[in-house]
Amino acid sequence: MGNGTSIGRVRGLGAAHEGPHHWLLQRFTAIGNVVLMAWLLVSLAMLGDFGHANVVKWLVHPVSATAMILLVVSLFWHARLGLQVLIEDYVHEAGTKFAALAALNLATIGGGAFAIFSVAKLAFGGIA
Amino acid sequence: MNQRPLSPHLQVWRWGPHMLVSILHRATGDGLALVGLGVLVWWLGALASGPGAYATFQGAMGSPLGMVVLVGLSWAFFTHLMSGLRHFVLDIGAGYELDTNRLWSIASPIIAIVLTAAFWAVILTR
Repeated sequence: MGNGTSIGRVRGLGAAHEGPHHWLLQRFTAIGNVVLMAWLLVSLAMLGDFGHANVVKWLVHPVSATAMILLVVSLFWHARLGLQVLIEDYVHEAGTKFAALAALNLATIGGGAFAIFSVAKLAFGGIA
Repeated sequence: MNQRPLSPHLQVWRWGPHMLVSILHRATGDGLALVGLGVLVWWLGALASGPGAYATFQGAMGSPLGMVVLVGLSWAFFTHLMSGLRHFVLDIGAGYELDTNRLWSIASPIIAIVLTAAFWAVILTR
């Protein structure tokens, strides 16, 4: 094992054993996205009237609310994994990469939490 | 990073369908993540905030620019869906024969455009 170049420092160490986890999660969330987006697009096509009252009436049904919350989780998780790969591929400076990944976590968890809360608020009978 | 040489990027390769479908997969995926999730969050947040906020959302999305965004997002979704399904086939080790691989590299984005048109035909004719 060499100690000069970056490849020399890792050669002979074997696999990192943490790649498949990310890869598999991307596939599992992709399957969730396929199923739940099919539900959303069919629902939107059948909705017809996109006015506030009609959309809320559809969304507060327990099946719709559950599916929408699951969709938000699956989409945001999948997007989080995909954007992580984008950052890792194109942001090479360690500090900038750390900051970009931290911002990514804040944005995806924050956005997902807000979306889930919005559905829950409607489903549990807030104003609107 | 240091001054080590980098492998050449996009500009040196001759374009082919396999390259296009791969680039489209990343571009549409990242576009959906950055723009699509923003629209989804706005939609759900506006629904929860009441008819006034929802009217603002509807006004923005019903404008010509908003329609371009929505049609673009639906195209990005179907394109990412088709190239993603292609990835599932490749993941199980199938579809690597040169002709088959080329065929589905060309077919995936074309099917996506057909699905986009079909989706909007259903939405707009109801």
